[in-house]
Amino acid sequence: MPEGILCNKTPINTDEQLKLTLSDKGGKQYYEEMNHLEVDSDKLWGAIQKTMKSRTKTWLEICAHCGLCAESCFLYQVNGRVPEQVPSYKIQSTLGVIVKKKGKVDNAFMQMCMETAWSKCTCCNRCGMYCPHGIDMGVMFGYLRGLLYSQGFVPWELKIGSGMHRVYRAQMDVTTEDWVDTCEWMAEETEEEWPGLEIPIDKEDADIMYTCNAREPKHYPEDVAEAAILFHVAGENWTVPSEGWEQTSLSMFAGDWECCKDNVQNVYDAIERLRPKRAIGTECGHAHRATVIEGPYWTGRPDGQPPVPYIHYVEWLAEALRTGKLKIDPTKRIKEPVTLQDSCNYVRNQGLKDVTREILSYIVEPGYFVEMAPAKEHNYCCGGGGGFNGIGIYRPQRNMALRKKMEQIIDTGCKLVIAPCHNCWDAIRDLEEEYEIGIRWSFLKPLVIKMLDVPEHLLPKDE
Amino acid sequence: MYDFLTGPMLWVTFLVSFGGLLVRAVMYVRGLHWQLDRVAYRPNMKYGMRGGLRSILAFIIPFKARLWRVRPGFTIIFFAFHIGLLVTPIFLEAHNVMLSKAFGFSLPTLPTMVADVLAWTCLVGGLFMVLRRIAFPEVRIITTFYDYLLIVITVMPFITGLIARYEMGDYNFWLMAHIISGEIWLLCLPFTKLSHAVLFFMSRMQLGMDYGIKRGGMKGSDMAW
Repeated sequence: MPEGILCNKTPINTDEQLKLTLSDKGGKQYYEEMNHLEVDSDKLWGAIQKTMKSRTKTWLEICAHCGLCAESCFLYQVNGRVPEQVPSYKIQSTLGVIVKKKGKVDNAFMQMCMETAWSKCTCCNRCGMYCPHGIDMGVMFGYLRGLLYSQGFVPWELKIGSGMHRVYRAQMDVTTEDWVDTCEWMAEETEEEWPGLEIPIDKEDADIMYTCNAREPKHYPEDVAEAAILFHVAGENWTVPSEGWEQTSLSMFAGDWECCKDNVQNVYDAIERLRPKRAIGTECGHAHRATVIEGPYWTGRPDGQPPVPYIHYVEWLAEALRTGKLKIDPTKRIKEPVTLQDSCNYVRNQGLKDVTREILSYIVEPGYFVEMAPAKEHNYCCGGGGGFNGIGIYRPQRNMALRKKMEQIIDTGCKLVIAPCHNCWDAIRDLEEEYEIGIRWSFLKPLVIKMLDVPEHLLPKDE
Repeated sequence: MYDFLTGPMLWVTFLVSFGGLLVRAVMYVRGLHWQLDRVAYRPNMKYGMRGGLRSILAFIIPFKARLWRVRPGFTIIFFAFHIGLLVTPIFLEAHNVMLSKAFGFSLPTLPTMVADVLAWTCLVGGLFMVLRRIAFPEVRIITTFYDYLLIVITVMPFITGLIARYEMGDYNFWLMAHIISGEIWLLCLPFTKLSHAVLFFMSRMQLGMDYGIKRGGMKGSDMAW
């Protein structure tokens, strides 16, 4: 059987195929079919010849095998420092071999590559900072994932995730109607407490177009409400698009580049349709990376920039606090030791290390903020990045990966962790569930709302 | 024999070696692809150059990058090895005598003592490189026969040169061996991993541009390498 019904080289493009794949609980049939999937060596080698340019080629060639990347990898550290977790080994024994053999590899080899690419690397890009030759194995694993995806060797959840984006243009089955309904519902719910609050949909020429993570309308719509409250209090002229509101990209985790492009284009189209002065994305790391950092390249924008300035939530929040659009009541500031999780996707990938700390300077009583060690661009991945959080068959490996963050948090002595990234937030929630170290975690929005100094005229009038 | 090796053969060697390295550098730049690399090199050249230079400097200055600070022992040996490797042959008195004969000019030369120390540093550094490949599992697993061969090719000119310099055994034999091994090393530069002599700069520059353009540089936030 060259290709299975569920596990094959064709991306999920229809609702029927999506539901069929979803109904295969835990991917039992999917992984069974994978055992019989044939490798199309010609196509694989053809793709490599077309897409492997100087950078990757040179990286594979000049790796000096010095082993200095080993210690930089948190997965190497938490897995008993076994040599199989050395980043250089991981990439040389997978992508390196595929290239050396000109694509002539078998099913078992591809399955090993899949396991390595999705359970031994979160594409956190930390190794690239420690390689003297500047070899970024996270980038290469992203590339390898693309090759594996095109051959059908991708974890079940990510095949589905990418299919969701293809069918619904959202990582979950949230349709345009669902999204608009949720916004209207949240505006109604919130308006009692915040008179005059609106969630304007498809408003043209606003100052801000806000985009989010589909999990927010799907599982915690209060996040959408919280964003609305903060924009309302700050007096912003903002809007959300009815179409092109979802900025996450499980397809990026899956290596489905065609789908990545389609999704980002959908968001950019919304920008062009509504002409906002700028766009702001929610507290999500990979969504920011997909839409703002990598997206322009997927859609072929030669300047590498989105159509309008597109910033991460932490940048807007820092600005709103700095300019006094949002005021914090000093008596409500955090007065307990608190630490911050730097998301790889906007710290190591866009240098947003100082703005997050600026926010903390407003909302934390001086002396209570404790840095993780190491922090900023040298911080470790939360343990669940790159799609790791969502892949069932690699759950034990993921739980092991959480240990580095657990150690880092325990070392700070803090019980409260601020994580302005969905993925980090999830990983920290899971690590508490798994290891019970007695911590709490939070996005920035709910914390800031609790300590706002709200102008009189925005408060509800007593009847 | 001596005349051939230091005459036509040397010319061929220099041509192949330096010409080859130049070709590799040019090919590298030509093979960059803004969209596949996801770095807008051209429109953001200024940010890119800045990021690239920061990246190169961080790794060629001892203890500047965090990597060098967290591994002081390795850093010292690594830099000693590379400095010895580059400085000794260029500023060695004997080499400059040849240069002077051929072109009528020479570079400043190293006092014999310093040259000796540098050459020995290279040997000890090379030995250390071999030993750590054997001793540390994280290095052993990625080490191949090819890695050892390259170290041998690299230190051979120093071994033969030192034997000749101390006039142990047949001076002429060791002198020939020194010249041949030196030429082998030079010839290997463009065709093997030793091409990192230039490709290090290209790769570091590229990643630095990546950081300088899209991974923080344009946000006014310099990465602390």
